[in-house]
Amino acid sequence: MLGREKFRSFLLSVLILAVFLAIWQIASMPSTGDQVVDEEYAKLVGSAAATGQKSSFPTPAEVGKKLFEQLSNPFYDRGANDKGIGIQLAWSVSRVALGFGLAALVAIPLGFVIGMSRLIFSALDPFIQVLKPISPLAWMPLALFTLKDSNVSAIFVIFICSIWPMLINTAFGVAAVRKEWIDVSRTLEVRPLRKALMVILPAAAPTIMTGMRISIGIAWLVIVAAEMLVGGTGIGYFVWNEWNNLSIANILVAVLLIGVIGMLLDMCFARLQRAVTYRD
Amino acid sequence: MSLFSDPFNSSIRLRCECGEHASAAEHEASRSRKLESSSEALNARVVEQAVMRAIFPEDSLRRRFLQAVGTPTALAAISSIFPLAAAQEAFAQGSGKLEKTNVKVGFIPITCATPIIMADPMGFYKKQGLDVEVVKTAGWAVIRDKTLNKEYDAAHMLSPMPIAISMGVGATATPFTVPAIENINGQAITLAIKHKDKRNPKDWKGFKFAVPFDYSMHNYLLRYYLAEAGLDPDRDVQIRVVPPPEMVANLRADNIDGFLGPDPMNQRAVFDGVGFLHILSKEIWDGHPCCTFAASKEFMTTNPNTYAALLRSIVDATAYAQKAENRKEIAAAIATPNYLNQPLTVVEQVLTGTFADGLGAVKKVPDRVSFDPFPWESFAVWIMTQMQRWGQVKGDVDYQKIAREVFLATDARRAMEQSGLKAPGASTKTFVIMGKTFDPAKPKEYLDSFAIKRT
Repeated sequence: MLGREKFRSFLLSVLILAVFLAIWQIASMPSTGDQVVDEEYAKLVGSAAATGQKSSFPTPAEVGKKLFEQLSNPFYDRGANDKGIGIQLAWSVSRVALGFGLAALVAIPLGFVIGMSRLIFSALDPFIQVLKPISPLAWMPLALFTLKDSNVSAIFVIFICSIWPMLINTAFGVAAVRKEWIDVSRTLEVRPLRKALMVILPAAAPTIMTGMRISIGIAWLVIVAAEMLVGGTGIGYFVWNEWNNLSIANILVAVLLIGVIGMLLDMCFARLQRAVTYRD
Repeated sequence: MSLFSDPFNSSIRLRCECGEHASAAEHEASRSRKLESSSEALNARVVEQAVMRAIFPEDSLRRRFLQAVGTPTALAAISSIFPLAAAQEAFAQGSGKLEKTNVKVGFIPITCATPIIMADPMGFYKKQGLDVEVVKTAGWAVIRDKTLNKEYDAAHMLSPMPIAISMGVGATATPFTVPAIENINGQAITLAIKHKDKRNPKDWKGFKFAVPFDYSMHNYLLRYYLAEAGLDPDRDVQIRVVPPPEMVANLRADNIDGFLGPDPMNQRAVFDGVGFLHILSKEIWDGHPCCTFAASKEFMTTNPNTYAALLRSIVDATAYAQKAENRKEIAAAIATPNYLNQPLTVVEQVLTGTFADGLGAVKKVPDRVSFDPFPWESFAVWIMTQMQRWGQVKGDVDYQKIAREVFLATDARRAMEQSGLKAPGASTKTFVIMGKTFDPAKPKEYLDSFAIKRT
């Protein structure tokens, strides 16, 4: 019964995709207008301009062709400013990993402290609430000006944007550990460090993992914007470079790959989250 | 023997050979003067002399040897045992060792950067013994910050930027230098196709324009052009800053009505059927500077030899780019994804000056863009008058001092002579912009003469 349901949902997904592609194909069909300019002029401009139109949105077939081109040779290196999409994605993922890792190192211990003390929580709450909604693009000029290194700045922006959900969730998870469990550990005279690691951490782990899952999503969102700004390497730079060339097909390829990688990252954390979930 | 006398000349010191001079010494002095005008020949001569001195410690021996075998034979014989040509080349690369051979230079992907970019694939940096990485950068503010951060050793900048940075306008004050201009002319006003009947700037009230940066020739030229037509650029139109690569996308999306931007963006708008070329910037001011090759004063003083080698590469590349017959080859070298990332035909149209105007006509303007490295101090003075005119700088400005400190005419002159180019003798000149003459000696009077200004 369950297998059948799964099959039907899969079928529906494929159908939705097919309809979407068909609509896209029809909507982006190049209209075959007559050439309105002379031969010499037509040679100097794009095919759309020669028929008196603006260049049009690429068709799914064109995007598919570009996707195949990019994926069949993802690791080429033709100089500092022209590297394959695989290398660019690797750069972005490593930046995210570094920024996110640093954020986790800071957010989880700090969240513990905040969660265990109502006083500190209330004192820090206004700062967290103000800093949390700041866009990565607003941090970027500040980071470049003060840190004086574009690569470090990009990692800093990932760090500062992905720290908040982890911090808040850790604090919340720690604060919400059932009082009875704490009381039991107190009765058994468990030392504070042991209490934190053996009682509170496992109890708060599902909430912490939820925070980390939100954060990795944010980090992946932010990296594209940050790399578009500082340039050099990464998938964000790739998008910017293709925008520069007005190559919508290549941008769509990048958009698709950004989505896929984002999904994979989310799946990793979903699995981790399931691993630490417990039933009361 | 004077330092620059010909060691292969056996008759030296006996008498003046040409008979023009009373003594051999005077004859030599005149020869040296002639030689000095070409420093490359001069360098070669110094090297030859050193070699001959080493081989013949005694001058009489050298003279007897030359008389016996004849100068051409002697030259051939010595060249066969000592690589004279290689030694001369090594000497031409500068007397000092390069402090730094791995150099990073930032650029914005526009044709103004042609000499900086092409010097990489076409080997002009390598020729000077430099290993330069040219890095594509997202916008002018980023290139400014990365250069101030020392991530870049030198960079492609808009000509007003080093002046503004040196003055501390819109940046932390840091002394910057411009040893070479990249290009003159080569910009255009591009309008959206829907405005093809509004060719008179007086009809442009309410338009939204884009320029690449506040401190850019594009901003000043557009403002100048609008003000000459009686429009106040701050009140009658909107001028916003958009990085060059995003201009065409914005024009297409109807976010802006037009832009005064760098190529290849103007031509790209035509290529995509989005806009047309209203006028080329050379029709506003023929010979205006646009982009520069800039480095901080600190880089120049701590790495003088590397700096000089970089400058020589840029001047060589600029000279090569100026020749019309090389333009197609250059277009092919820089249109690739690693550099401009544009269709080849777009870059070719910009560089060759045979282009589609966006309205169905093919135009031929071979000097649409020119490459001339000489940083006229008058350019800097004009830029400062415009900074004042539009309220970017308040109060008095020491025009001549800043111009001299930032635009290094002397360094450029030396590098140009080493590349065998004719450098102008003077460092200032007057020029005409839309019929109005600018005299660099009277910037204040010039500024006062405008009706529309923010001073």
